[in-house]
Amino acid sequence: MFVRLVYESFRRQKRRKLLAGAAITLGVTVATAMIAVATDIGDKINRELRMIGANIVVTPQEDSLDVEIGGVNLKPPTDGAYLSEADLPKIKETFWQNNITGFAPVLPVNVAVEKNGAKQEATLLGTYFAKEFSYGKETYVAGVRSTYPLWKVSGAWPGDDSRDVLVGERLAARLGTRPGDQITAAGRTLRVSGILSTGGAEDDQIVGPIAVAQEILGKPGAVRRVYVSALTKPEDALARRDPKSLSGPIYDRWYCSPYPQSIAFQLAEAIPHSHAEQIRQVAQNEGAVLTRIEGLIFLITLAALFASALAVSAAMATAIFERRAEVGLMKALGAGKAAVASVFFAEATLLALIGGLIGFGAGALLARQIGHSIFNSQISIPPVLLPVILAIAVIVTFAGSAAAIRKAVGLDPVFALRGEL
Amino acid sequence: MSAPGPTANATARDLAARRAQGPHTSMFLRMLMRAAVLRRGRAASALFAMVVAAAVATAMLNLYVDVQAKLQREFRNYGANIILVGRDGASLPADALSRVDAALAGRGIAAPFGMIVARTRDGQPIVVAGTDFERVRQLDRWWSVSNWPIPTSRATDKSVRPTEMGHPALIGVRAMPTVSPENQEFDLTFQGRTLHVTPAGTVQTGAAEDSRIYISLADFVDWTGIQPSIVEVAASGSPDEIATIMNQLTTMMPSAEVRPVRQIMEGEARVLGKTRATVLAAAGLIILTASLCVLSTLMGWVFDRRRDFAIMKALGASGRLLNGFFAAEAAVLGATGALIGFLVGIGIAAWIGRVNFHAPVVPRFSVLPVVLAGSMAVTLLAAILPISLLRRVQPAVILRGE
Repeated sequence: MFVRLVYESFRRQKRRKLLAGAAITLGVTVATAMIAVATDIGDKINRELRMIGANIVVTPQEDSLDVEIGGVNLKPPTDGAYLSEADLPKIKETFWQNNITGFAPVLPVNVAVEKNGAKQEATLLGTYFAKEFSYGKETYVAGVRSTYPLWKVSGAWPGDDSRDVLVGERLAARLGTRPGDQITAAGRTLRVSGILSTGGAEDDQIVGPIAVAQEILGKPGAVRRVYVSALTKPEDALARRDPKSLSGPIYDRWYCSPYPQSIAFQLAEAIPHSHAEQIRQVAQNEGAVLTRIEGLIFLITLAALFASALAVSAAMATAIFERRAEVGLMKALGAGKAAVASVFFAEATLLALIGGLIGFGAGALLARQIGHSIFNSQISIPPVLLPVILAIAVIVTFAGSAAAIRKAVGLDPVFALRGEL
Repeated sequence: MSAPGPTANATARDLAARRAQGPHTSMFLRMLMRAAVLRRGRAASALFAMVVAAAVATAMLNLYVDVQAKLQREFRNYGANIILVGRDGASLPADALSRVDAALAGRGIAAPFGMIVARTRDGQPIVVAGTDFERVRQLDRWWSVSNWPIPTSRATDKSVRPTEMGHPALIGVRAMPTVSPENQEFDLTFQGRTLHVTPAGTVQTGAAEDSRIYISLADFVDWTGIQPSIVEVAASGSPDEIATIMNQLTTMMPSAEVRPVRQIMEGEARVLGKTRATVLAAAGLIILTASLCVLSTLMGWVFDRRRDFAIMKALGASGRLLNGFFAAEAAVLGATGALIGFLVGIGIAAWIGRVNFHAPVVPRFSVLPVVLAGSMAVTLLAAILPISLLRRVQPAVILRGE
């Protein structure tokens, strides 16, 4: 009888059920989409912030002091220690390989540049542009094109095995170079493939393949510094503690959290004779901006959940209120309060489950659409979320119906049947 | 349904006279009032839904408008977004900083830097920079400094510290082991002149600053005779405002090159754009949900009153009057709900601002007309939709409860 009551109610009152179901579906859709966006926004904004540049730098451990003003290196070329280029692939073999979005080694050398008789002292910065590496079955690309996506080149990017170079825009203006020209640097003829604009010190430099810089310096395989771009977690109290003072499980937690400090620590472990450190200007502010945006979206998601909960309860309350006459009839035929309430609750659960399922699917689609149109990348929902969302849908529907059901079962059947309420 | 008013029987003739002369305003208003008072519960729940929707909409729109300003403030912690450099490495004019301050007029902060290569006692080259510590402290907040050299004025200098004590300096963490491994005082020479330096603290940034020594600008100029050649400027505001400041600086100081720090500016623009778009999408979804909530509550309310509707129609009310009645009711409800909701929403936005950005979100009254118009539109729709359905039904059918 109970099952038949519920079944018939769905079969005969299609319009009303459809309305309430639509409200639940919409509520769940919005909730799912917002939860998906909120859980993924940190990662997405983190990737956007990586545009600003590398946040970790790896230097030789026993390095002498840098003597550098305005991007011009005044240190004697023989001075200082170097990292080995052969060790670089180890960066991607650490625990944080998925967090490290790119790296670029640099090797600055001072050269005398000549173009049509005009002579100029300048720094030639050897680096990777987009060098391919393979690690296991995967291949990845390392170089300034991924660590500094905001660098602009008019002309073409040089290849990593070529003898082409980029000339910074201010240096190019002084030399009068254009893409396609030949320049002489430290007695070697190089082709200018493009003009580089970065808004930084590189505008006064020549940027070329690292092999060219190594050849000029006479130190094959030498690397001065490595800039690493990594997705990190905003620093907290634990991150700032000295790993040497931590013990056991706390150390493990520190070691396994993607703080700038712990990623730097493990990079220094991976590369022999190196020292790695966060670049505070980038790493610190990144954490602050990320915390703010995540907090904002979290609060907005709460508001969205609240609004959808309200919409669902409003729809349920209206749906039940319209069925007073039915309640009156049931009670007149001798149904107890519990029996009436259980029919309504069973209907609400069924509606919540159906609406929740459809809403979850629609929400996943919506989140994907938002990801595509705003961030140009996927926002996916972990399927683990489905039972959680369904549970929330059922609870909210219950809570929304509870007041209306209580009122309905408390009615005097006589008044309810006469429609005088 | 509705109880007769106190004046109904006693002054029937007066009433008839008044009705004949004046417009039906008093009756109209009374019907509106009674409808709200007699069905308090339903009216209150409809009003509640309206208030919540308006509050959420206000808070979201307010946040959307304000999030840019809030995040721009966060991005200013990245430090300079404009750099002034003397052309071809020349020094800037002595009044460069005061001119930059005048151009900024409080819309940011600027710090001067002068740099030279000095030698330590054993002949090692090291970069020494002169700057204004107070300004740098505000400009470059990411600097991790163990102890800022206290900027004491020249007059108190002599009374507080003995003259033989060196000039206070901030030492980069990488320079520290080279120049002052035991935190002792040391000498630097530049073009034959010696400066006696006392380490006040260390600075760590992970970048070039770690290999430098920072001294106060006054000491720097005294020692080297060189004026600062770089002024770093963190200008706040929208991209347009920053462009204006840059133009001003260029015309004010023809001897300097004004460079934007593109990395910071473009990164900022991208992150701001994406965040705003996300907030907008979320606001759209939330407002849509809230409006539908209002729509379903109100439609239920109006449907519920089909008996009133039928009685009025049976008593000879015209279709226009009925429409007007329900529309006026909806408009009053929408406006009241929107006003209360607006106040609540501003409160929510201010709270979110305090919790998340540690600064209140400024109330944007420009949002009010939008919220008001939106609320009235939703309520009108919610009132008119059921009425147009009911109009086709005979009053008798409704009154019989079928």
